[in-house]
Order: sequence, then structure tokens, then C-alpha cells
Amino acid sequence: MEGAAIATSGLTMRFDDFTAVEGVDLQIEKGELFGLLGPNGAGKSTIIKMLTTMLRPTAGGAVVWGYDIARERDAVRNSIGVVFQDPSVDSQLTGRENLDFHGRMYGMDKKTRKARVHEVLELVDLTEKAEVLMEDYSGGMQRRLEIARGLMHHPHVLFLDEPTLGLDAQTRRYIWQYIQKMNQEEGVTVVLTTHYMEEADHLCERVAIIDQGKIVALDTPENLKDLIGADIITLEVDDGVTDEQVHAFSKFDGVEAVDRSGSTINLSVDHGESRIPEIVLGASKAGVKIRSVSMHEPTLEDVFLKFTGKKIRESESSGAGMMAAFQSRMRTRRH
Amino acid sequence: MARMNIYAIYSLWLREMIRFFRLKSRVFGSLAPPFFFLAFLGYGFRSAAMSEIPQEVNYISFLAPGIIGMTLLFSSTFGGLSMLWDREFGFLREIMVAPVSRISIVIGRTAGGVTTAVMQGLIILIPGIAMGLKISGLGGFLLSLVFMVLIATTFNSLGLAFASRMKDMSGFSLIMNFMVFPLFLLSGALFPISNLPVWLRSLSYIDPLTYGVDGLRGSLVGVSTFPLAFDLAVLAICCAGALGLGAYLFEISDVE
Ligand SMILES: Nc1ncnc2c1ncn2[C@@H]1O[C@H](COP(=O)(O)OP(=O)(O)OP(=O)(O)O)[C@@H](O)[C@H]1O
Ligand SMILES: [Mg+2]
Repeated sequence: MEGAAIATSGLTMRFDDFTAVEGVDLQIEKGELFGLLGPNGAGKSTIIKMLTTMLRPTAGGAVVWGYDIARERDAVRNSIGVVFQDPSVDSQLTGRENLDFHGRMYGMDKKTRKARVHEVLELVDLTEKAEVLMEDYSGGMQRRLEIARGLMHHPHVLFLDEPTLGLDAQTRRYIWQYIQKMNQEEGVTVVLTTHYMEEADHLCERVAIIDQGKIVALDTPENLKDLIGADIITLEVDDGVTDEQVHAFSKFDGVEAVDRSGSTINLSVDHGESRIPEIVLGASKAGVKIRSVSMHEPTLEDVFLKFTGKKIRESESSGAGMMAAFQSRMRTRRH
Repeated sequence: MARMNIYAIYSLWLREMIRFFRLKSRVFGSLAPPFFFLAFLGYGFRSAAMSEIPQEVNYISFLAPGIIGMTLLFSSTFGGLSMLWDREFGFLREIMVAPVSRISIVIGRTAGGVTTAVMQGLIILIPGIAMGLKISGLGGFLLSLVFMVLIATTFNSLGLAFASRMKDMSGFSLIMNFMVFPLFLLSGALFPISNLPVWLRSLSYIDPLTYGVDGLRGSLVGVSTFPLAFDLAVLAICCAGALGLGAYLFEISDVE
């Protein structure tokens, strides 16, 4: 089949007078491992819900695997697998029964189903737990089973909404491996959302950074970080520092950009290590009290900061999105 | 659009079966109230004379079909409302994102809910027989199965209809207490409705379970207020109406 795996144009979702997703234009190629990166409430899940026909866009549209998400819903559903952000398993069924249920829902006959259940369980290392009730699975195991289930019916495109949310670092790494494995071995196009920088960076071939319902940047993680270019030197200073004093930093050698938020000053600097002494010296000459200095290579966090003027974590702790996300998680955890 | 997905229907039905046989304690829990009603009312009123009950029928034979009706009413309404749990715990999304028509989902769920409700009705039949219920014959028993299926389908669909309109679980106990309980008491399951004052009796006449209980009594014991064909016709109409309503409200309901 010709064309992209997913193409959206002006995709928009309005809830009453609140616009959760606004005019999103995306093109995701076949076989790609694509990431949507953004803070809580950015609209990632809303985009996934529209692309998986769970929500009807209020404006704009999208084509998934050649089918229109509004007019050809069954064909879209036949082409995709989905792992939603919130758990969606039957906890009274075993892992195998959940997979079997799924296979039948997609019209798979007994023989095909059996073989495929075996395959996907192997893929996520859950063969031993197949006969265990879902309610006795750990969070990470449950997530892996959901990923396996999303793959059961050989979808062309697999959507993963926050596949590693709330999991420990080790489980997260395992899940990354499974995702890469199925992208490579099964050739599945993968679209995942995350608000973990490292995840998008490590896993995705291309990343769209989303904030307040809009795409603010889209490229490979490397190219995005190249936009920042230099190293980042972070200074923690006393609150009393004036903007003029901050501005003075931009006059130092090698400093390409200065960015202040509160008592934190970020400097983009070429060859950062060699510049630190000068900067510290210059700062104390200008009367700026420095409490700490640190340096790192550019991350997607810095890219996010550059495009939105805030850190992902800051924008998380504000606004209704955080509360809504928190509440929805509370709701699904209650048993 | 209204495409039937046989595998999907079977999948949904099978899920209800697995859950039924797995959650034995829940099933026993839900069978306890009808069992206690049967045992205590059955023994307690054994020798009390009720003028409206024909001489040749003992009270337990009168009561047992009523209690079976009660069992069907409660378990099938609950089965329909259990859609709320699926929504709450996210499983509804797994169902809805599959390439399956909504009518197939309704059929699969309802078939599962009806099967489990009828099984529970049949379980209650056993202590009834032990206590002295005399079944008129095989034909009557088979006919009573038809009534059981109709009763269960009617109330399962009503449960589904309510669940499709509710955003969360808060309305659940409201429906159980203010709809299901009155439907049970008005149906004549425990006593002949002719004992009720006229204004209450007219409410009984619009309760579908009244015809269900009367039909069960007629088919199992051979005693009924209305002709069996009439019971069957009224109940079938109620059933078709409820099924249509449930399917329609589910069809237009939002996933999110
Ligand atoms: N059904 C709804 N009605 C009203 N507002 C909604 C609804 N669903 C989502 N929103 C709002 O839309 C915004 C985007 O929500 P969405 O769930 O898409 O964010 P997200 O990027 O997935 O965030 P998270 O990382 O927390 O999952 C939020 O502000 C949320 O409160
Ligand atoms: Mg989300």
C-alpha cells in the first residue's frame, strides 16, 4: 500500500469551550517508531483516542493505514492495536483468557489464536504467567500483557499510550526492549506517547513535542537536540538577581543563549567544561551569588524548554491537566 | 453496519460463563437472599391459608416460582448494569476498540447475562423441589424455561439501558433499591396480587415481572391468574421493547 501509516490534517478536539487538541498535522511513515512527547494534559491521550476511533474529532481529520477515522471506523479498528493509558484488562480472567478473548473479538480461529497467544506471550516473557489471574499480576506484568494483547491480531499500527507510566526503571527498560523488538521483528508501526524524556530519546526514531494541544517541534531526537547545539550550564543563583545581571551572562565568550526561570539560569555554551571557570568568575564580579553550578549535554527537556519557555515538570504541576490525570488514575486503581 | 460478528458474540458470552464459574462466592452470595426468602417464607407460611391460592396448591408451590422470578430479576438486572464495572475498570475500551458492531456486543453480553441468570433460577428450583414444590410435568418445565429466558432478557436489557445512560456507578444502588425491589414486591412473587388494594394492583399490572411470575407458576405448577398464552404474549412484547431500548441506548452511548 502506498502512503503514510498515519496522516492527520488539522486534527482538533474541543471539549465544551476547552480545546484539548488544536490543528495537529502529522505524517507518520510505515514501520516508524514514533513518539508523542508532552507534559500531563498536553493532549496526547486525546490524539490517541481520536486516531483509534474512540473519540470523534470536532474538526479536521486523519487517515490511519489508508482509512478515514470518521468514516471507516471498522477498517481503522481492524488495522490497529491499542494499549490505552489506563488498564483495560478483565482482572477476573487469566492472562491467556484475556488474550483469547481478544483473539475471538478480532475473528481469529482457534488454531491461529493458539499459535499467536504462544508467540506474543514469548515476546513479552509471560509464558509462565499465562494461567495466572490478571488481578495477581504486578503492574509491569499487566502492562506487558496489554502490549502482547495489542499485537495479537497482527495490527499494522500499534498505539501505546504511556506504556511505562508508573513502572520502575528496570521494568521500563524491559518494555523498551519489547517495543523495539516488535517494531523490528514484526515490522509494526508504533506510535507511543510519553512524558519521559529518556523514553522518547532512547526509543523513538522521530518525536513530536506537544504542549497545550499543539505540536511545537517535530524531528529525530538528535536533530531536536542539535537545535540546542551546545552544552547547558545551569546556575542556581540567589533570588535577588536582576534581569540586567542575568543579561550580562550573554556577553561572555561562547555563551549562545541565556534563559532564566526563577532562581535558575540556563546558559547554552559551546565546550561547556572549559567555560565554567570564566563564567563563575564573571558572575561574582557582576555581584551575582552562585549557589551551585552544573552542566549537561542537551536533552529533549532543553528542547521543550526552548520551545515552550518552561520545563516539562513545571508545566505538569500546574493546571487542570494534572488533576484530571491524577483523578483518572485514582479511579482506575480503585478496586 | 449492523454486522454480526459470531466470534465476538461467542467471546463475550464465554467471558460471562468463565466469570460465573470462577466467582463462585459471588454467585452464592447473590443466591442467598432468594434462598432465605424461599426457606423462611415457605416454612413460615406453610399452613397459613390464603383465600386467593387454590386449595390444591400448597404455599411452597405458589412461592417457589415467585422466588425463581426474583432470582432472575435481580441477577439479570445486575448483569445488565455490570457494564458500569467494565467502564469503571477500563475493559469497555477493550471491547469498543475491536472491529465489532455494537449490536453484536449487545447480543453477546445479553446472551451471557441471560444464561447465567437462568442457571441461577434453575439452582433455586432445587431447594424449592426439596421443600415440596410439585412440577406439573416435562412440558411445563420446558415452557417455564422459555419464561425464564424472557424474564432474564427483559431485565438484563433494562439494566443495560440504564448503564448506557449513567456516567458512573452512583446510580447503581438507586436503581437496585427504587426500581428492582418494587418490581419484585409488586410482581406477586410472594402473595397473590388480588390481595393488594386496587391502586397498588394497577401498578402490578404494568410490572413485566407480574406476567413472568404468573407464567412461571402456570407452567411449573399449573395455576395462574392469566391464561398462559396471555402471559407469554405480554412478556414477549416487554422483552422485545426492553431489548430494543437497551440496544439503542447502548448504540448511541459514548465510550469516553
Ligand atoms: N472528556 C473530557 N472532557 C473535558 N476535558 C477533557 C476530556 N478529556 C480530556 N480533557 C482535557 O484535555 C486535556 C488533554 O488531556 P489528555 O488526556 O489528552 O492529556 P495527556 O497529554 O494524555 O496527559 P497525561 O500525560 O496526563 O496522560 C486535559 O486538560 C484534560 O483535562
Ligand atoms: Mg494521557
